[in-house]
Amino acid sequence: MTLLVADNLHLWRGELHVLRGLSFSVAAGRCLQVTGVNGAGKSTLLRALAGLLPLESGSVHWRGKDTRADHYAFHSELAWLSHGTALKGDLSAPENLRFSAGLRRQFTPADVDAALAHVGFPHSDGRLARQMSAGQQRRVALARVLLLDCALWLLDEPTSNLDTRGQDMFGQILSAHLERGGLAIIATHQALAVPAARLQGLELS
Amino acid sequence: MTAPTPTAVSPGRAGWLLVLRDLRLGLRRPGEWLQPLVFFLVVTTLFPLATDPQMSRLRDMAPGALWVAALLSSLLALELLFREDGQDGSLEQLAVSGLPLSWLLLAKTCVHWLLTGLPLVLAAPIVATALGAPYAAIPGVLAALLLGSVTLSLIGAVGAGLTLGLRRGGVLLALLVLPLAVPVLIFGARATALAIALEPMAAPMYLLGAIAVLSATLAPLAAAAAVRISLE
Amino acid sequence: MNWIWFHRLGSPPHFFRIAGKMVPWFAWLAGIAAVTGLVGGLGLAPPDYQQGEGYRIIFVHVPAAVLSTLAYAVMASAAGVGLIWRMNVAHAVAASCAAVGAWFTLVALATGSLWGRPMWGTYWEWDPRLTSELVLLFLYLGYMGLRGAIDDTARADRASAVLALVGVINLPIIHYSVDWWNSLHQGHTLLKFGKASMPPSMLVPLLLMMLAFTLYFAAILLVRARGEVLRRERNARWISEAIGERP
Repeated sequence: MTLLVADNLHLWRGELHVLRGLSFSVAAGRCLQVTGVNGAGKSTLLRALAGLLPLESGSVHWRGKDTRADHYAFHSELAWLSHGTALKGDLSAPENLRFSAGLRRQFTPADVDAALAHVGFPHSDGRLARQMSAGQQRRVALARVLLLDCALWLLDEPTSNLDTRGQDMFGQILSAHLERGGLAIIATHQALAVPAARLQGLELS
Repeated sequence: MTAPTPTAVSPGRAGWLLVLRDLRLGLRRPGEWLQPLVFFLVVTTLFPLATDPQMSRLRDMAPGALWVAALLSSLLALELLFREDGQDGSLEQLAVSGLPLSWLLLAKTCVHWLLTGLPLVLAAPIVATALGAPYAAIPGVLAALLLGSVTLSLIGAVGAGLTLGLRRGGVLLALLVLPLAVPVLIFGARATALAIALEPMAAPMYLLGAIAVLSATLAPLAAAAAVRISLE
Repeated sequence: MNWIWFHRLGSPPHFFRIAGKMVPWFAWLAGIAAVTGLVGGLGLAPPDYQQGEGYRIIFVHVPAAVLSTLAYAVMASAAGVGLIWRMNVAHAVAASCAAVGAWFTLVALATGSLWGRPMWGTYWEWDPRLTSELVLLFLYLGYMGLRGAIDDTARADRASAVLALVGVINLPIIHYSVDWWNSLHQGHTLLKFGKASMPPSMLVPLLLMMLAFTLYFAAILLVRARGEVLRRERNARWISEAIGERP
C-alpha cells in the first residue's frame, strides 16, 4: 500500500534551484534511501518532506491527504531526526527520552529501558547527555525514534558518528520497523542493512 | 500499520511536560537564569549613584528606574528563551510533533517567565523600598510588575522567534522588542507611580491587564509563525 | 466575485508593466497637487492669528506625519497579503514601503521639531504626536534591521511580514498609550488642529498637500517595488522581453 506520494517537487535553497520536478512514492514496509553528492539537496528534500521548509510547488500526500492541508495528522505519524539530536545536555538519557518523546507518546519507564537496550546504549546510568560521546548521543536520539512509534521515519544521516556495531544495530531496528509495515526515508551514503526487496534508491544530482 | 496511535498525548499534558523539562533544566543551571536578576539589581543601584540619593528625589524617580531596569533585564533574558532549543534541534522536534506549536511555545514562555520574570517581581519590593517607596505601596508595585513582566515575556517571545539563529541577534532583538513594549512601560510605570503615591491605581492596571490578555492571545500565534520561519 | 485581477497582479511581469504605466500618472498628479498646495499654503493662506507665519510648516509636517502611518499600514497589508497568498510581488511592495515610510517619519519629526522652536522655544518637546512618531521610526528601523539581518529573501519576507503584522496591531495601542501618558503630564498640545477651527483658506491647501504626498508615495512606492521585483526576478525570462520592449 502506497502511503507517501511526493509529486513534482521543486525546491530552492536561496537562489539555487536544487530539485526540479522530483516525484516518488513509498509504500508500507519499504525504505527510500536518498543519496547524492554534498549539496545535491538531500537535507533540503527531507526538511521539505517533514514540512519544515515551504514547498514552492508540488505536493506531498500522506495516506492520500495533502500534508500541508492537515499537517497535524501527518506529523503525529512522523518521527524526525536530523543533524541536531535534540538532546538536552543537562539531562540524562532516560530523562531526555521521557520529556522529548513523552510530549507525544505515553509509555512506561520499562519502555524507555527497552528502547535504550535496542539501540545498544550501554547502561542507563545517571550520566548527562553532555558527558556522552557523539555516537552515544546518536544512539539515544535513535531510541527516541523507536519510542515515538511512528509509521514514517524521516532520518537525515542517522548513522553519522556511529561505529560499525552501531550501524549494524541501526540495520536491525530499521528492518524491524519495516517488518511491522513502517516506512522510512533516509538520507545516507552508508549501505543500509535491510533486505533488498524493501529498499528503493533515489539519487539526487 | 494502523493510523494514529492510541497512546497519543493530549496537548495539555504535552505542555505540562515541557514546563517540567524546562524547569528542571533551569534549576540545574541556576547561574544562567539568575543573571537577569543580578542585572536588575545592579541597574537599579546605579540610579541613585548617578543622580541624587535623597529619598524624596528617588521616590519620584523610582517607577521609571524600576520599569526601565525590568524592561532591560527581561530583554537580556529573552535571548535564552529559544536559543538553545534552536541550536540542538529541539525546536524542530516541537515543530513536527503534531502538537500546536503556539501552545508549546506558550508553555516555554511561561517557564521562562517563572525563571527570569518572577525573580524580578519578587526582588521589586526590596528595590522599591531602597528607592524610597513606602511599605504600603509594595502590593501595588508587585501587582503592576507581575502583570507587566508576563506581558513583556509574551511580546518578547515573538522577537526571540524572529531573531532565532541570526547573527547580531541580540541588538536586533532589542530593536524589535523595545518599541513594542512602549505601552507596557507607560502603563506599568504609571501604575507603579500611583502605588508609590498611595493613590488608586485601577486605571493603568486595567489597561495593563487588557494588553496582557491581548498578548496572551496573539503573541503565541505570532511566535509560532516566527519560529517556523526561522527554522526554514 | 472575480478575483482574476488579483491573481494577475501577483504575476511579476504583469505587475511590472502595470506599475510602470501608473508611475508617470501618480508623479505628475503629485507635482500638480504639490504646486497648487504650496501656492495656496505659502502664498494665499492668511497668517495664523496666534502663530503668525510659523504655522505654515504644517503644510509639510501634517502630510508627512499622516503618510508615515499610512505607509506602515500599506506595508503591513502588503506583508499580510504576501504571507497569506504567498505572493512574491506583495512582499516586494512591503519591502519597498519601509524606507519610504521611515523617510516620511523622519521628515515629520524634523519639521515637528523645527516648528517646536518658535512654538515652545525648544526643538524637542515630549509632545504625544512627536513621541508616537519617534516610536514609529523605531518600528521602521526594526523592520529594516530584521530584513537586513536575514540573507535569504524568502525567509526575510516572511519573518518581516510577521513583524509588520505584530507592529500594526501594536501601533494604535502605542498611539493610545502615548496620548494617555501625555494627558497626565501636559494639559493640552499645541500641535492639535481642530478641523472646525481651521478656515478653508488653510484647510484646502492642507488637503491638497496631503493628496500630493499620497500620490508621491504611490509613485515612489511603485518605482521602488518595480526595482525590487526586477532584483528578485533577475534570472527570469520575462525581464529580457520587458527590457526588449523599450530599449
